[in-house]
Amino acid sequence: MNILERINNEQIRKDIPSFRAGDTLRVYCKIREGDKERLQLFEGVCIRRHRGGVSASFTVRKNSYGVGVERVFPLHSPLIDRIEVASMGKVRRSRLYYLRKLSGKAARIEGRGAFEAEEVAGEESAEAKADEATTAS
Amino acid sequence: MMGLLGKKIGMTQVFAEDGELTAVTAVEVGPCTVVQKKAAETDGYDALQVGFGRAKAKRMPKALRAHFEKKGLPLATSLREFRTVRASEFAVGDELVAAGFKAGDIVDVSGITKGRGFQGVIKRHGKHGGPAAHGSDFHRRPGSIGMRTWPGRVPKNMKLPGHMGSVNRTIKGLKIVAVRPEDNVILIKGALPGCRGGMLVIKATDESFETRPELRRSGAKQQAPAAEPKTDATAPAAAETTAENTKE
Repeated sequence: MNILERINNEQIRKDIPSFRAGDTLRVYCKIREGDKERLQLFEGVCIRRHRGGVSASFTVRKNSYGVGVERVFPLHSPLIDRIEVASMGKVRRSRLYYLRKLSGKAARIEGRGAFEAEEVAGEESAEAKADEATTAS
Repeated sequence: MMGLLGKKIGMTQVFAEDGELTAVTAVEVGPCTVVQKKAAETDGYDALQVGFGRAKAKRMPKALRAHFEKKGLPLATSLREFRTVRASEFAVGDELVAAGFKAGDIVDVSGITKGRGFQGVIKRHGKHGGPAAHGSDFHRRPGSIGMRTWPGRVPKNMKLPGHMGSVNRTIKGLKIVAVRPEDNVILIKGALPGCRGGMLVIKATDESFETRPELRRSGAKQQAPAAEPKTDATAPAAAETTAENTKE
């Protein structure tokens, strides 16, 4: 087992911030187009963290022009440039699948820790924009 | 085809530089000792007999023990022959190491599959079985196994329940994803037959495999240059592990 553990540990990234389900994340992924490499931002709520050493992953859900989009990232993928925790959310479960059925105001998540009060306002404005987009389309 | 003997360690997954995940099986390969050389003049064919693993003397038949002790070689748990016309270029006592393999090599891997015991027709042959409900009374049975008074017998090779597993299986055309000479470990893409700790025969499909200088190790000094010709992906990782090892 020792050798397998070593192979796995070499691949595990140590620059991953601590976050949990309910937190809003900004994931910068590397995208290769021809020979050029650029960063693409994927921002949304983390609805699930899947543990498991090198094979750990997390799912980020966002609302893109009225359409719910979920993306599963391998946590230790070299394609992830960096992860930023935009805000921490207060939730009561580890898998936020219930968000899939909700939209608009109902899909808001209350802030946690440093984000407890101020974040609600920010989230609301973001939601309002999303709502506008929905009605526009 | 020349190859080496190895031990299955287990499966994990590896990221490529472009982010692609590959499921790999780690195999401890070698070091294998050349125990005997067979030549066309004396034995009718050219081959190398190769030993792997360390065996206890009391667990081995005396005749086999003498086979090793006569040559002053350590007792090996497994012995295999590999046919090669270049057998004469090797010497008895030569050590063959994992560094002989390179990332990107295509190999054929043989091993004894896990034993499944006496199994029915669905697991053993992939038959579909009957409906689960609506009173069919026909669930996992083999069904009809023949015709009537003519031919009056069951056709040969009929797929029926029986013992499954514990047979030698070869999986061809597997790709080596990475080689870690410092651990004597290679990572092979995909699953391999047998349980963890099981013995495997890894055959190189590349004809030039047996001529590679990295394959052989006569002294510890030669191991350092052997570690160099690797892909960039594994090289820094390899350096790290050796550094860790020396710390410990």
